[in-house]
Amino acid sequence: MAVSATAMLEEPRVVLSARGLTKHFGAFAAVKNVDLDIHHARVHALIGPNGAGKTTVFNLLTKFLQPTAGSITLLGTDITRTAPDKVARMGLVRSFQISAVFPHLSVLDNVRVALQRPNGLSTQFWLPTSALDRLNDRADELIEAVGLKRERNALAADLSYGRKRVLEIATTLALDPKVLLLDEPMAGMGQEDIGTVSGIIREVAKTRAVLMVEHNLSVVANICHHVTVLQRGEILAEGDYAAVSQDERVRLAYMGSEEA
Amino acid sequence: MTDMSDTSVKSPAGQRAERSATASMTYAAFLIAGLAFLVVAPAFFYPIFLMKLLCFALFACAFNLLLGYTGLLSFGHATFFGGAAYFTAHAVKEWGFPPELGVLAGVVGAALLGLVMGYVAIRRQGIYFAMITLALSQMFFFFCLQAEFTQGEDGIQQVPRGHLFGFIDLNSSTNMYYFVLAVFVIGMVIIWRFINSPFGMILKSIRENEARAISLGYSVARYKLGAFVMSAALAGLAGGVKALVFQFATLTDVAWQMSGEVILMTLLGGIGTLIGPIFGAGLVVTLQNYLATSDFPVTIITGVVFMICVLVFRRGIVGEFYASWIGRKLGFEYRR
Repeated sequence: MAVSATAMLEEPRVVLSARGLTKHFGAFAAVKNVDLDIHHARVHALIGPNGAGKTTVFNLLTKFLQPTAGSITLLGTDITRTAPDKVARMGLVRSFQISAVFPHLSVLDNVRVALQRPNGLSTQFWLPTSALDRLNDRADELIEAVGLKRERNALAADLSYGRKRVLEIATTLALDPKVLLLDEPMAGMGQEDIGTVSGIIREVAKTRAVLMVEHNLSVVANICHHVTVLQRGEILAEGDYAAVSQDERVRLAYMGSEEA
Repeated sequence: MTDMSDTSVKSPAGQRAERSATASMTYAAFLIAGLAFLVVAPAFFYPIFLMKLLCFALFACAFNLLLGYTGLLSFGHATFFGGAAYFTAHAVKEWGFPPELGVLAGVVGAALLGLVMGYVAIRRQGIYFAMITLALSQMFFFFCLQAEFTQGEDGIQQVPRGHLFGFIDLNSSTNMYYFVLAVFVIGMVIIWRFINSPFGMILKSIRENEARAISLGYSVARYKLGAFVMSAALAGLAGGVKALVFQFATLTDVAWQMSGEVILMTLLGGIGTLIGPIFGAGLVVTLQNYLATSDFPVTIITGVVFMICVLVFRRGIVGEFYASWIGRKLGFEYRR
Protein backbone atom coordinates (compact mmCIF):
# COMPACT_ATOMS: atom_id res chain seq x y z
CA MET A 1 0.00 0.00 0.00
CA ALA A 2 2.74 2.41 0.99
CA VAL A 3 4.68 1.53 -2.16
CA SER A 4 1.88 2.44 -4.54
CA ALA A 5 1.45 5.81 -2.81
CA THR A 6 5.15 6.50 -3.26
CA ALA A 7 5.10 5.86 -6.98
CA MET A 8 2.89 8.82 -7.87
CA LEU A 9 4.79 11.46 -5.94
CA GLU A 10 7.32 13.88 -7.37
CA GLU A 11 11.03 13.32 -7.11
CA PRO A 12 12.06 13.40 -3.45
CA ARG A 13 14.95 15.58 -2.30
CA VAL A 14 16.46 15.97 1.13
CA VAL A 15 15.24 19.12 2.87
CA LEU A 16 16.19 18.41 6.45
CA SER A 17 19.06 16.24 7.53
CA ALA A 18 20.85 15.42 10.74
CA ARG A 19 24.26 13.85 11.07
CA GLY A 20 25.60 12.24 14.23
CA LEU A 21 22.91 13.90 16.34
CA THR A 22 23.69 13.32 20.02
CA LYS A 23 22.21 14.68 23.23
CA HIS A 24 23.42 13.98 26.73
CA PHE A 25 21.48 14.91 29.85
CA GLY A 26 24.27 14.64 32.38
CA ALA A 27 25.60 11.10 32.06
CA PHE A 28 22.47 9.89 30.30
CA ALA A 29 22.61 9.80 26.52
CA ALA A 30 19.03 10.43 25.35
CA VAL A 31 19.98 10.47 21.68
CA LYS A 32 23.06 8.78 20.27
CA ASN A 33 24.55 9.37 16.86
CA VAL A 34 21.31 9.64 14.91
CA ASP A 35 21.40 10.27 11.16
CA LEU A 36 18.14 11.36 9.54
CA ASP A 37 17.19 12.51 6.05
CA ILE A 38 13.77 14.04 5.61
CA HIS A 39 12.57 14.32 2.02
CA HIS A 40 10.35 16.78 0.30
CA ALA A 41 6.91 15.34 -0.51
CA ARG A 42 7.36 12.39 1.83
CA VAL A 43 5.85 11.44 5.16
CA HIS A 44 8.55 10.13 7.41
CA ALA A 45 7.59 8.37 10.64
CA LEU A 46 9.69 8.21 13.75
CA ILE A 47 8.56 5.31 15.90
CA GLY A 48 9.88 3.45 18.87
CA PRO A 49 8.99 2.43 22.40
CA ASN A 50 8.47 4.97 25.18
CA GLY A 51 11.66 6.69 26.21
CA ALA A 52 13.35 5.92 22.89
CA GLY A 53 14.20 9.61 22.45
CA LYS A 54 11.68 10.52 19.76
CA THR A 55 10.59 13.77 21.37
CA THR A 56 14.21 14.65 22.17
CA VAL A 57 15.04 14.26 18.49
CA PHE A 58 12.16 16.62 17.73
CA ASN A 59 13.40 19.14 20.24
CA LEU A 60 16.89 18.93 18.78
CA LEU A 61 15.73 19.33 15.19
CA THR A 62 13.58 22.34 16.05
CA LYS A 63 16.35 23.79 18.25
CA PHE A 64 14.29 23.76 21.44
CA LEU A 65 17.27 21.76 22.72
CA GLN A 66 20.91 22.28 21.80
CA PRO A 67 22.61 19.06 20.59
CA THR A 68 25.70 17.86 22.46
CA ALA A 69 27.21 16.78 19.15
CA GLY A 70 26.24 16.47 15.52
CA SER A 71 24.91 18.82 12.90
CA ILE A 72 21.54 19.74 11.39
CA THR A 73 20.98 21.14 7.92
CA LEU A 74 17.73 22.71 6.77
CA LEU A 75 17.33 23.46 3.06
CA GLY A 76 21.08 23.62 2.60
CA THR A 77 21.70 25.88 5.62
CA ASP A 78 23.44 24.69 8.76
CA ILE A 79 21.03 25.37 11.64
CA THR A 80 22.96 23.59 14.39
CA ARG A 81 23.34 26.86 16.33
CA THR A 82 20.23 28.71 15.21
CA ALA A 83 17.53 29.98 17.62
CA PRO A 84 14.19 28.11 17.58
CA ASP A 85 12.09 31.06 16.40
CA LYS A 86 14.54 31.68 13.55
CA VAL A 87 14.29 28.03 12.54
CA ALA A 88 10.50 28.38 12.52
CA ARG A 89 10.77 31.42 10.26
CA MET A 90 12.98 29.42 7.90
CA GLY A 91 10.09 27.01 7.39
CA LEU A 92 10.60 24.24 9.93
CA VAL A 93 7.49 24.20 12.10
CA ARG A 94 6.60 21.74 14.80
CA SER A 95 3.65 20.68 16.86
CA PHE A 96 3.88 19.51 20.44
CA GLN A 97 3.08 16.23 22.12
CA ILE A 98 0.90 17.98 24.64
CA SER A 99 -1.61 20.00 22.74
CA ALA A 100 -0.29 23.47 22.05
CA VAL A 101 -3.08 25.92 21.49
CA PHE A 102 -3.73 29.32 23.02
CA PRO A 103 -6.53 28.24 25.38
CA HIS A 104 -8.22 31.58 25.99
CA LEU A 105 -8.28 32.61 22.38
CA SER A 106 -11.02 31.57 20.00
CA VAL A 107 -10.35 29.02 17.27
CA LEU A 108 -10.29 31.86 14.75
CA ASP A 109 -7.84 33.89 16.82
CA ASN A 110 -5.58 30.87 17.29
CA VAL A 111 -5.21 30.57 13.55
CA ARG A 112 -4.93 34.32 13.06
CA VAL A 113 -2.04 34.56 15.53
CA ALA A 114 -0.16 32.10 13.35
CA LEU A 115 -1.00 34.14 10.24
CA GLN A 116 -0.03 37.49 11.74
CA ARG A 117 3.75 37.21 11.37
CA PRO A 118 3.92 35.91 7.79
CA ASN A 119 1.49 38.68 6.83
CA GLY A 120 3.46 41.42 8.56
CA LEU A 121 0.76 42.20 11.10
CA SER A 122 2.44 41.38 14.37
CA THR A 123 4.21 44.55 15.50
CA GLN A 124 1.59 47.21 14.89
CA PHE A 125 0.68 48.41 18.37
CA TRP A 126 -1.14 51.44 17.05
CA LEU A 127 -3.72 49.60 14.94
CA PRO A 128 -7.01 48.22 16.26
CA THR A 129 -7.46 44.46 16.49
CA SER A 130 -9.95 44.76 13.63
CA ALA A 131 -6.92 45.25 11.35
CA LEU A 132 -6.54 41.50 11.67
CA ASP A 133 -9.88 40.93 9.96
CA ARG A 134 -8.14 40.81 6.61
CA LEU A 135 -6.62 37.50 7.70
CA ASN A 136 -10.09 36.02 8.16
CA ASP A 137 -10.45 34.57 4.65
CA ARG A 138 -7.24 32.60 4.88
CA ALA A 139 -7.99 31.60 8.48
CA ASP A 140 -11.45 30.37 7.53
CA GLU A 141 -9.99 28.34 4.69
CA LEU A 142 -7.67 26.59 7.12
CA ILE A 143 -10.40 26.12 9.70
CA GLU A 144 -12.64 24.59 7.08
CA ALA A 145 -9.86 22.36 5.76
CA VAL A 146 -9.47 20.72 9.14
CA GLY A 147 -13.21 20.56 9.77
CA LEU A 148 -13.51 23.06 12.61
CA LYS A 149 -16.02 25.34 10.93
CA ARG A 150 -18.70 24.83 13.57
CA GLU A 151 -16.28 25.63 16.39
CA ARG A 152 -14.88 28.75 14.68
CA ASN A 153 -15.81 31.15 17.48
CA ALA A 154 -15.46 28.80 20.42
CA LEU A 155 -12.64 29.16 22.88
CA ALA A 156 -9.82 26.71 22.24
CA ALA A 157 -10.05 25.66 25.90
CA ASP A 158 -13.63 24.44 25.32
CA LEU A 159 -12.65 22.04 22.52
CA SER A 160 -12.24 18.32 23.06
CA TYR A 161 -8.70 17.01 23.12
CA GLY A 162 -8.84 15.64 19.59
CA ARG A 163 -10.27 18.88 18.24
CA LYS A 164 -7.49 20.84 19.92
CA ARG A 165 -4.96 18.73 18.07
CA VAL A 166 -6.79 19.41 14.83
CA LEU A 167 -6.72 23.12 15.60
CA GLU A 168 -3.02 22.90 16.28
CA ILE A 169 -2.47 21.38 12.86
CA ALA A 170 -4.45 24.22 11.31
CA THR A 171 -2.25 26.82 13.03
CA THR A 172 0.87 24.94 11.96
CA LEU A 173 -0.34 24.87 8.36
CA ALA A 174 -1.04 28.59 8.56
CA LEU A 175 2.70 29.17 8.42
CA ASP A 176 2.91 27.23 5.17
CA PRO A 177 5.97 25.38 6.44
CA LYS A 178 8.41 23.60 4.19
CA VAL A 179 9.06 20.95 6.79
CA LEU A 180 6.37 19.91 9.22
CA LEU A 181 7.24 18.09 12.43
CA LEU A 182 4.26 16.52 14.15
CA ASP A 183 4.72 15.06 17.60
CA GLU A 184 2.07 12.34 18.02
CA PRO A 185 -0.62 14.17 16.07
CA MET A 186 -3.17 11.39 16.58
CA ALA A 187 -2.66 10.76 20.27
CA GLY A 188 -5.96 10.86 22.13
CA MET A 189 -8.02 11.34 19.00
CA GLY A 190 -11.26 9.66 18.15
CA GLN A 191 -11.47 7.47 15.06
CA GLU A 192 -13.25 10.16 13.09
CA ASP A 193 -10.55 12.76 13.75
CA ILE A 194 -7.83 10.23 12.93
CA GLY A 195 -9.37 9.78 9.50
CA THR A 196 -9.59 13.54 8.96
CA VAL A 197 -6.06 14.21 10.14
CA SER A 198 -4.61 11.33 8.10
CA GLY A 199 -6.24 12.86 5.05
CA ILE A 200 -4.86 16.30 5.88
CA ILE A 201 -1.34 14.99 6.41
CA ARG A 202 -1.42 13.05 3.19
CA GLU A 203 -2.64 16.15 1.38
CA VAL A 204 -0.10 18.59 2.81
CA ALA A 205 2.76 16.13 2.27
CA LYS A 206 2.28 16.48 -1.47
CA THR A 207 4.05 19.82 -1.36
CA ARG A 208 6.23 19.60 1.73
CA ALA A 209 8.13 17.24 3.98
CA VAL A 210 6.49 15.75 7.05
CA LEU A 211 8.21 14.04 9.95
CA MET A 212 5.89 12.58 12.55
CA VAL A 213 6.20 10.69 15.78
CA GLU A 214 3.34 8.24 15.90
CA HIS A 215 2.33 5.28 18.03
CA ASN A 216 -0.65 4.23 15.99
CA LEU A 217 0.99 1.74 13.63
CA SER A 218 -1.96 1.44 11.31
CA VAL A 219 -1.70 5.19 10.69
CA VAL A 220 2.01 4.77 10.05
CA ALA A 221 1.33 1.92 7.62
CA ASN A 222 -1.30 3.98 5.83
CA ILE A 223 0.32 7.34 5.30
CA CYS A 224 4.07 7.08 5.89
CA HIS A 225 6.52 6.45 3.08
CA HIS A 226 9.51 5.93 5.27
CA VAL A 227 9.94 4.72 8.83
CA THR A 228 12.80 5.17 11.27
CA VAL A 229 12.71 3.10 14.43
CA LEU A 230 14.45 4.48 17.50
CA GLN A 231 15.39 2.49 20.55
CA ARG A 232 17.28 3.84 23.54
CA GLY A 233 18.29 6.87 21.53
CA GLU A 234 19.71 4.93 18.62
CA ILE A 235 18.40 4.01 15.21
CA LEU A 236 17.32 0.40 15.27
CA ALA A 237 15.95 0.06 11.77
CA GLU A 238 15.00 2.12 8.75
CA GLY A 239 13.06 1.60 5.56
CA ASP A 240 9.48 1.47 4.34
CA TYR A 241 6.85 0.16 6.69
CA ALA A 242 6.71 -3.31 5.13
CA ALA A 243 10.43 -3.82 5.52
CA VAL A 244 10.61 -2.37 9.01
CA SER A 245 7.67 -4.33 10.31
CA GLN A 246 9.32 -7.56 9.18
CA ASP A 247 12.53 -6.69 10.99
CA GLU A 248 13.16 -9.17 13.79
CA ARG A 249 14.74 -6.60 16.14
CA VAL A 250 11.85 -4.19 15.68
CA ARG A 251 9.32 -6.90 16.47
CA LEU A 252 11.30 -7.71 19.56
CA ALA A 253 11.41 -4.06 20.63
CA TYR A 254 7.65 -3.91 20.30
CA MET A 255 7.42 -7.41 21.81
CA GLY A 256 5.92 -8.68 18.60
CA SER A 257 2.61 -7.28 19.70
CA GLU A 258 1.40 -5.25 16.78
CA GLU A 259 1.23 -5.87 13.12
CA ALA A 260 -0.70 -3.65 10.79
CA MET B 1 -32.44 17.93 15.99
CA THR B 2 -29.33 20.04 15.83
CA ASP B 3 -31.36 23.08 14.82
CA MET B 4 -33.61 22.72 17.83
CA SER B 5 -30.75 22.38 20.25
CA ASP B 6 -29.06 25.35 18.62
CA THR B 7 -31.99 27.65 19.25
CA SER B 8 -33.04 26.43 22.68
CA VAL B 9 -29.56 26.11 24.22
CA LYS B 10 -27.10 28.82 23.33
CA SER B 11 -23.63 27.68 22.38
CA PRO B 12 -20.78 28.83 24.61
CA ALA B 13 -19.53 30.98 21.77
CA GLY B 14 -22.94 32.63 21.38
CA GLN B 15 -23.15 33.30 25.10
CA ARG B 16 -19.70 34.81 25.04
CA ALA B 17 -20.57 37.09 22.16
CA GLU B 18 -23.70 38.25 23.96
CA ARG B 19 -21.83 38.78 27.21
CA SER B 20 -19.10 40.80 25.57
CA ALA B 21 -21.75 42.95 23.89
CA THR B 22 -23.30 43.68 27.30
CA ALA B 23 -19.83 44.28 28.67
CA SER B 24 -18.96 46.89 26.07
CA MET B 25 -22.27 48.67 26.82
CA THR B 26 -21.58 48.74 30.54
CA TYR B 27 -17.98 49.69 29.84
CA ALA B 28 -19.15 52.66 27.82
CA ALA B 29 -21.55 53.69 30.58
CA PHE B 30 -18.86 53.42 33.26
CA LEU B 31 -16.41 55.27 31.04
CA ILE B 32 -18.74 58.22 30.55
CA ALA B 33 -19.60 58.32 34.25
CA GLY B 34 -15.93 58.15 35.21
CA LEU B 35 -14.89 60.88 32.80
CA ALA B 36 -17.76 63.11 33.89
CA PHE B 37 -16.70 62.61 37.49
CA LEU B 38 -13.09 63.54 36.70
CA VAL B 39 -14.16 66.64 34.80
CA VAL B 40 -16.21 68.03 37.70
CA ALA B 41 -14.03 66.63 40.49
CA PRO B 42 -11.93 69.80 41.12
CA ALA B 43 -15.08 71.48 42.36
CA PHE B 44 -15.25 68.98 45.24
CA PHE B 45 -11.69 67.88 45.92
CA TYR B 46 -8.34 69.52 46.41
CA PRO B 47 -6.83 69.73 42.88
CA ILE B 48 -3.26 68.81 43.92
CA PHE B 49 -4.61 65.65 45.52
CA LEU B 50 -6.53 64.77 42.36
CA MET B 51 -3.50 65.40 40.19
CA LYS B 52 -1.33 63.23 42.38
CA LEU B 53 -3.96 60.53 42.14
CA LEU B 54 -4.10 60.72 38.36
CA CYS B 55 -0.31 60.56 38.08
CA PHE B 56 -0.13 57.47 40.23
CA ALA B 57 -3.11 55.91 38.49
CA LEU B 58 -1.38 56.30 35.14
CA PHE B 59 1.85 54.96 36.62
CA ALA B 60 0.05 51.88 37.96
CA CYS B 61 -1.75 51.30 34.66
CA ALA B 62 1.58 51.52 32.82
CA PHE B 63 3.01 49.00 35.25
CA ASN B 64 0.02 46.73 34.76
CA LEU B 65 0.67 46.76 31.02
CA LEU B 66 3.76 44.75 31.87
CA LEU B 67 2.55 42.65 34.80
CA GLY B 68 -1.02 42.01 33.75
CA TYR B 69 -0.74 41.92 29.99
CA THR B 70 2.78 40.63 29.43
CA GLY B 71 3.26 38.58 32.61
CA LEU B 72 6.50 40.28 33.65
CA LEU B 73 6.93 41.43 37.25
CA SER B 74 9.29 44.39 37.22
CA PHE B 75 10.68 45.51 40.53
CA GLY B 76 12.35 48.56 39.07
CA HIS B 77 9.61 50.77 37.74
CA ALA B 78 10.58 53.61 40.07
CA THR B 79 13.51 54.16 37.72
CA PHE B 80 11.19 55.20 34.91
CA PHE B 81 8.76 57.17 37.06
CA GLY B 82 11.41 58.97 39.09
CA GLY B 83 13.92 59.16 36.26
CA ALA B 84 11.41 60.90 34.03
CA ALA B 85 10.61 63.30 36.87
CA TYR B 86 14.28 64.30 36.98
CA PHE B 87 14.56 64.61 33.21
CA THR B 88 11.44 66.74 32.93
CA ALA B 89 12.42 68.90 35.89
CA HIS B 90 15.91 69.43 34.53
CA ALA B 91 14.75 70.14 30.99
CA VAL B 92 12.17 72.68 32.14
CA LYS B 93 14.25 74.38 34.78
CA GLU B 94 17.76 74.39 33.33
CA TRP B 95 17.14 74.28 29.61
CA GLY B 96 13.97 76.36 29.65
CA PHE B 97 11.88 73.78 27.81
CA PRO B 98 8.13 74.46 27.58
CA PRO B 99 6.12 71.97 29.70
CA GLU B 100 4.97 69.81 26.78
CA LEU B 101 8.56 69.31 25.57
CA GLY B 102 9.75 68.82 29.13
CA VAL B 103 7.30 65.96 29.62
CA LEU B 104 8.34 64.57 26.25
CA ALA B 105 11.98 64.64 27.40
CA GLY B 106 10.94 62.63 30.46
CA VAL B 107 9.08 60.10 28.32
CA VAL B 108 11.99 59.65 25.91
CA GLY B 109 14.47 59.36 28.78
CA ALA B 110 12.31 56.77 30.52
CA ALA B 111 11.89 54.81 27.30
CA LEU B 112 15.67 54.72 26.80
CA LEU B 113 16.19 53.57 30.38
CA GLY B 114 13.50 50.96 29.75
CA LEU B 115 15.29 49.79 26.63
CA VAL B 116 18.53 49.27 28.56
CA MET B 117 16.93 47.66 31.60
CA GLY B 118 14.59 45.55 29.51
CA TYR B 119 17.39 44.39 27.23
CA VAL B 120 19.40 43.13 30.18
CA ALA B 121 16.53 41.66 32.20
CA ILE B 122 14.30 40.09 29.54
CA ARG B 123 16.53 37.06 29.10
CA ARG B 124 15.58 35.82 32.55
CA GLN B 125 12.20 34.80 33.85
CA GLY B 126 10.17 35.01 37.04
CA ILE B 127 12.06 35.90 40.20
CA TYR B 128 15.34 36.38 38.32
CA PHE B 129 13.74 38.94 36.07
CA ALA B 130 12.38 40.78 39.12
CA MET B 131 15.77 40.69 40.86
CA ILE B 132 17.63 42.04 37.84
CA THR B 133 15.20 44.92 37.48
CA LEU B 134 15.55 45.64 41.20
CA ALA B 135 19.34 45.59 41.01
CA LEU B 136 19.41 47.90 37.99
CA SER B 137 16.96 50.32 39.58
CA GLN B 138 19.13 50.43 42.73
CA MET B 139 22.07 51.29 40.53
CA PHE B 140 20.04 54.07 39.00
CA PHE B 141 19.09 55.26 42.48
CA PHE B 142 22.75 55.61 43.43
CA PHE B 143 23.47 57.33 40.15
CA CYS B 144 20.76 59.87 41.01
CA LEU B 145 22.19 60.26 44.50
CA GLN B 146 25.65 61.06 43.15
CA ALA B 147 24.96 62.83 39.88
CA GLU B 148 25.37 66.58 39.65
CA PHE B 149 22.14 67.47 37.86
CA THR B 150 19.81 65.75 40.35
CA GLN B 151 21.24 67.84 43.20
CA GLY B 152 21.53 64.85 45.52
CA GLU B 153 19.45 64.84 48.68
CA ASP B 154 17.86 68.20 47.86
CA GLY B 155 16.39 67.13 44.54
CA ILE B 156 15.48 69.59 41.84
CA GLN B 157 13.36 72.25 43.54
CA GLN B 158 11.15 75.05 42.23
CA VAL B 159 10.51 73.61 38.83
CA PRO B 160 8.54 76.17 36.82
CA ARG B 161 5.28 74.88 35.38
CA GLY B 162 5.44 77.30 32.47
CA HIS B 163 2.91 77.89 29.72
CA LEU B 164 1.51 74.92 27.84
CA PHE B 165 1.93 75.49 24.07
CA GLY B 166 3.02 79.00 25.02
CA PHE B 167 -0.40 80.32 26.03
CA ILE B 168 -2.03 78.13 28.69
CA ASP B 169 -0.73 79.20 32.08
CA LEU B 170 -0.17 76.07 34.12
CA ASN B 171 0.40 78.02 37.30
CA SER B 172 -3.36 78.14 37.59
CA SER B 173 -4.24 74.89 39.31
CA THR B 174 -7.42 74.53 37.26
CA ASN B 175 -5.44 74.65 34.02
CA MET B 176 -2.87 72.32 35.47
CA TYR B 177 -5.57 69.88 36.53
CA TYR B 178 -7.11 69.67 33.07
CA PHE B 179 -3.66 69.27 31.54
CA VAL B 180 -2.98 66.33 33.87
CA LEU B 181 -6.42 64.89 33.11
CA ALA B 182 -5.77 65.15 29.37
CA VAL B 183 -2.41 63.42 29.75
CA PHE B 184 -4.04 60.72 31.85
CA VAL B 185 -6.76 60.10 29.26
CA ILE B 186 -4.21 60.03 26.44
CA GLY B 187 -2.10 57.56 28.42
CA MET B 188 -5.10 55.31 29.04
CA VAL B 189 -6.09 55.42 25.38
CA ILE B 190 -2.55 54.42 24.40
CA ILE B 191 -2.63 51.51 26.85
CA TRP B 192 -6.04 50.41 25.63
CA ARG B 193 -4.95 50.57 22.02
CA PHE B 194 -1.69 48.78 22.79
CA ILE B 195 -3.52 45.89 24.43
CA ASN B 196 -6.13 45.65 21.68
CA SER B 197 -3.79 45.72 18.73
CA PRO B 198 -2.06 43.15 16.52
CA PHE B 199 0.96 43.53 18.81
CA GLY B 200 -1.23 43.02 21.88
CA MET B 201 -2.59 39.85 20.33
CA ILE B 202 0.93 38.43 20.11
CA LEU B 203 1.60 39.45 23.71
CA LYS B 204 -1.54 37.62 24.74
CA SER B 205 -0.51 34.51 22.86
CA ILE B 206 2.95 34.60 24.46
CA ARG B 207 1.31 34.81 27.89
CA GLU B 208 -0.97 31.90 27.03
CA ASN B 209 1.67 29.57 25.61
CA GLU B 210 5.19 30.83 25.15
CA ALA B 211 6.65 27.66 23.58
CA ARG B 212 3.92 27.64 20.98
CA ALA B 213 4.50 31.30 20.16
CA ILE B 214 8.20 30.51 19.59
CA SER B 215 7.34 27.58 17.37
CA LEU B 216 5.16 29.91 15.31
CA GLY B 217 8.30 31.94 14.65
CA TYR B 218 7.84 34.81 17.10
CA SER B 219 10.99 36.09 18.77
CA VAL B 220 9.33 36.29 22.14
CA ALA B 221 12.08 38.38 23.74
CA ARG B 222 11.56 41.22 21.27
CA TYR B 223 7.84 41.42 21.93
CA LYS B 224 8.45 41.43 25.66
CA LEU B 225 11.05 44.14 25.21
CA GLY B 226 8.57 46.16 23.18
CA ALA B 227 6.04 45.93 25.99
CA PHE B 228 8.72 46.79 28.54
CA VAL B 229 9.74 49.95 26.70
CA MET B 230 6.11 50.99 26.23
CA SER B 231 5.43 50.45 29.93
CA ALA B 232 8.56 52.42 30.86
CA ALA B 233 7.63 55.28 28.54
CA LEU B 234 4.13 55.56 30.02
CA ALA B 235 5.50 55.36 33.56
CA GLY B 236 7.79 58.18 32.45
CA LEU B 237 4.80 60.15 31.21
CA ALA B 238 3.26 59.88 34.67
CA GLY B 239 6.55 60.79 36.37
CA GLY B 240 7.25 63.77 34.14
CA VAL B 241 3.81 65.22 34.76
CA LYS B 242 4.14 64.61 38.48
CA ALA B 243 7.33 66.69 38.52
CA LEU B 244 5.38 69.60 37.02
CA VAL B 245 2.48 69.17 39.43
CA PHE B 246 4.63 69.23 42.56
CA GLN B 247 7.32 71.40 40.99
CA PHE B 248 10.09 69.18 42.27
CA ALA B 249 11.82 65.89 41.58
CA THR B 250 13.45 63.99 44.42
CA LEU B 251 15.05 60.70 45.33
CA THR B 252 11.74 59.41 46.74
CA ASP B 253 10.46 58.76 43.24
CA VAL B 254 13.44 56.63 42.20
CA ALA B 255 13.71 54.67 45.46
CA TRP B 256 12.79 50.99 45.58
CA GLN B 257 9.81 51.72 47.84
CA MET B 258 8.19 53.44 44.88
CA SER B 259 8.62 50.26 42.81
CA GLY B 260 6.95 48.34 45.63
CA GLU B 261 4.14 50.85 45.94
CA VAL B 262 3.16 50.53 42.30
CA ILE B 263 3.05 46.74 42.63
CA LEU B 264 0.77 47.20 45.63
CA MET B 265 -1.53 49.55 43.73
CA THR B 266 -1.79 47.17 40.80
CA LEU B 267 -2.46 44.11 42.95
CA LEU B 268 -5.03 45.98 45.03
CA GLY B 269 -6.88 47.20 41.98
CA GLY B 270 -6.75 43.99 40.00
CA ILE B 271 -3.99 42.68 37.75
CA GLY B 272 -4.86 42.38 34.12
CA THR B 273 -7.90 44.65 34.30
CA LEU B 274 -7.57 47.88 32.40
CA ILE B 275 -9.04 50.12 35.08
CA GLY B 276 -8.16 48.14 38.21
CA PRO B 277 -4.87 49.92 38.89
CA ILE B 278 -6.71 53.27 38.86
CA PHE B 279 -8.73 52.13 41.85
CA GLY B 280 -5.68 50.61 43.49
CA ALA B 281 -3.77 53.86 43.10
CA GLY B 282 -6.80 55.80 44.33
CA LEU B 283 -6.99 53.72 47.49
CA VAL B 284 -3.28 53.90 48.29
CA VAL B 285 -2.94 57.62 47.57
CA THR B 286 -6.08 58.44 49.56
CA LEU B 287 -4.87 56.40 52.52
CA GLN B 288 -1.48 58.09 52.40
CA ASN B 289 -3.07 61.49 52.22
CA TYR B 290 -5.42 61.01 55.13
CA LEU B 291 -2.89 59.27 57.32
CA ALA B 292 -0.11 61.75 56.54
CA THR B 293 -1.62 64.24 58.97
CA SER B 294 -2.20 61.67 61.71
CA ASP B 295 0.52 60.18 63.88
CA PHE B 296 -0.29 56.69 62.70
CA PRO B 297 2.41 55.20 60.46
CA VAL B 298 1.14 54.92 56.89
CA THR B 299 3.23 51.91 56.00
CA ILE B 300 1.55 49.78 58.66
CA ILE B 301 -1.90 50.57 57.31
CA THR B 302 -0.95 49.96 53.68
CA GLY B 303 0.78 46.75 54.77
CA VAL B 304 -2.38 45.55 56.50
CA VAL B 305 -4.49 46.50 53.50
CA PHE B 306 -2.13 44.57 51.27
CA MET B 307 -2.33 41.49 53.48
CA ILE B 308 -6.12 41.59 53.53
CA CYS B 309 -6.09 41.92 49.77
CA VAL B 310 -3.84 38.94 49.25
CA LEU B 311 -5.75 36.80 51.74
CA VAL B 312 -9.35 37.74 50.99
CA PHE B 313 -9.68 39.18 47.53
CA ARG B 314 -6.82 38.04 45.38
CA ARG B 315 -8.28 39.30 42.16
CA GLY B 316 -8.11 42.86 43.46
CA ILE B 317 -10.99 45.30 43.83
CA VAL B 318 -11.99 45.48 40.19
CA GLY B 319 -11.14 41.84 39.53
CA GLU B 320 -13.44 40.72 42.35
CA PHE B 321 -16.15 43.00 41.05
CA TYR B 322 -15.89 41.51 37.56
CA ALA B 323 -16.00 37.99 38.94
CA SER B 324 -18.88 38.71 41.31
CA TRP B 325 -22.53 38.06 40.62
CA ILE B 326 -23.21 41.69 39.75
CA GLY B 327 -20.15 41.87 37.53
CA ARG B 328 -21.17 38.79 35.59
CA LYS B 329 -24.73 40.14 35.25
CA LEU B 330 -23.23 43.25 33.71
CA GLY B 331 -21.38 41.08 31.23
CA PHE B 332 -17.86 41.27 32.60
CA GLU B 333 -15.47 38.40 32.67
CA TYR B 334 -12.43 37.96 34.81
CA ARG B 335 -9.82 35.55 33.67
CA ARG B 336 -6.26 35.04 34.78
